[in-house]
Amino acid sequence: MRIPCPFCGPRSVSEFTYEGDATVVRPPLDADPDTWFAAVYERTNPRGSHQEIWHHIQGCRSFLRVSRDTATHAIQGAAMIAPEGADE
Amino acid sequence: MRYSLGSIIANAVSGQRLWPMAWRKAAPKPSYDAIIVGGGGHGLATAYYLAKEHGLTNIAVVEKGWLGGGNVGRNTTIIRSNYMLPDNTRFYEWSLKLWENLSRELNFNAMVSQRGVINLAHTPAQLDAYARRGNAMRLAGVDAELLDRDEVARRVPGLDVSDQARFPILGGICQPRGGTVRHDAVAWGYARAADRLGVDIIENCEVTGFVYDGERVAGVDTTRGRIEAPKVGVAVAGSTSQVMRLAGFERLPIESHVLQAFVSEGLKPFLDTVVTFGAGHLYISQSDKGGLVFGGDIDGYNSYAQRGNLPIVEDVASSAVAMFPSLARIRLLRSWGGIMDMSMDGSPIIDRTPKPGLYLNAGWCYGGFKATPGSGWCFAHTIARDEPHPLNAAFSLDRFRTGALLDERGAGATPRLH
Ligand SMILES: Cc1cc2nc3c(=O)[nH]c(=O)nc-3n(C[C@H](O)[C@H](O)[C@H](O)COP(=O)(O)OP(=O)(O)OC[C@H]3O[C@@H](n4cnc5c(N)ncnc54)[C@H](O)[C@@H]3O)c2cc1C
Ligand SMILES: [Zn+2]
Repeated sequence: MRIPCPFCGPRSVSEFTYEGDATVVRPPLDADPDTWFAAVYERTNPRGSHQEIWHHIQGCRSFLRVSRDTATHAIQGAAMIAPEGADE
Repeated sequence: MRYSLGSIIANAVSGQRLWPMAWRKAAPKPSYDAIIVGGGGHGLATAYYLAKEHGLTNIAVVEKGWLGGGNVGRNTTIIRSNYMLPDNTRFYEWSLKLWENLSRELNFNAMVSQRGVINLAHTPAQLDAYARRGNAMRLAGVDAELLDRDEVARRVPGLDVSDQARFPILGGICQPRGGTVRHDAVAWGYARAADRLGVDIIENCEVTGFVYDGERVAGVDTTRGRIEAPKVGVAVAGSTSQVMRLAGFERLPIESHVLQAFVSEGLKPFLDTVVTFGAGHLYISQSDKGGLVFGGDIDGYNSYAQRGNLPIVEDVASSAVAMFPSLARIRLLRSWGGIMDMSMDGSPIIDRTPKPGLYLNAGWCYGGFKATPGSGWCFAHTIARDEPHPLNAAFSLDRFRTGALLDERGAGATPRLH
């Protein structure tokens, strides 16, 4: 599996650390316990297209949002995760 | 036919033509008292104990592929009960006790081999942690022995116990009653025993939907038609999220990950126990055919692919060689992957669900093979009585919401780390 880093080009998966499901949104601190429970513990875990975060820890160190098929391992694309509030 | 010395002799003199099929090829009936979805080890064991312990014999096991095609036939066959948290210790010890009598009970040789499981320690802190775990185990009535380096060297001759080792070995902990079991035989043995009690085992039949009567489950839709039942138990391991989505559960505390396993070419007797590496992650034993059977970490990302990637192959192989330098030139014969239902705290779920009549058995991570008898036994109780047995009461689905987690490794809500 090779991840197309927008800065470094296609690199081996062994250079990256997996950070999990990118669709999980951290709730505000005062959100109710059910919202926190859902964010911390519940996952859709799809078979097919999955949005996920990878950290190019042994490369440019960017956090990437990768679109990958969990049934075939095919990667549709990778983009840098913009700082919160920044223009996409 | 009961397997016995007599049946072996009778078949020997008649050209092995008298053996009947081990289980019937059942076709689905319109309705049952209970349906088990998933013909892996857990589903088959559940059906067997439902019939044997609870007298529920009008039941079906519905399997989308063939028996033994899932993780029950893909694992590295290690059984043990060397846990530390009391709820885990009690459950896995009960499972180990069921293993100890399983071949006799099923009248099927599962080749349960209590050759011991040794975990190596490479730092004083690790040895202290093993002493603590061993003490917890012995307090719970489970066997455990702390080993120093000389004893490890005596029991496992090929290990590099020198100070020059990449991660020098200080000692280890052994559970003598742990060991290995012939995994396919577990599927076949439970299938045959359940079939003999009247259970219908329906292969090549995929569950494609759930039937509800209001909130209450009323059956399943399958590729071979609708089957009705007032109780449905789901035990589909890595496919849990997929199947439960069909039942209306969009999100669960589970991620599916791939774990690989490896078998080397056949060797003369080399290793007569199970050894695990304490500085990385590797577990290795030798099969009766002579191949070394080993595995390591999961690949570490969500996957339903049943095959892994090369970096883990390299990682696992280098751990094996760090432990046993003499393996450096051994060739690999086969490798494969299975899909793990990794739970958010590393412990399983055996419980009712918010839908009456629907029960869930999942979250086995990569330790579910050793749990097979205990899991089937507890799940059968939960389904038959509509309440968990004390042995699985802690494996509840809502523990993530209430905070009563069972996090053996203290790794938090990060499935890939359990
Ligand atoms: C490489 C590897 C090594 C492992 N090593 C060990 C080990 O050494 N020790 C240990 O204790 N554990 C180990 N495990 C874990 C263990 O194998 C699993 O936790 C356990 O087998 C899972 O339970 P099961 O046997 O019921 O699963 P499975 O055999 O996977 O059964 C689930 C079944 O459900 C079926 N199914 C899925 N969807 C549907 C549907 N829609 N309709 C009908 N049927 C469906 C599947 O086809 C499958 O047969 C290992 C796993 C792997 C992959
Ligand atoms: Zn990069």
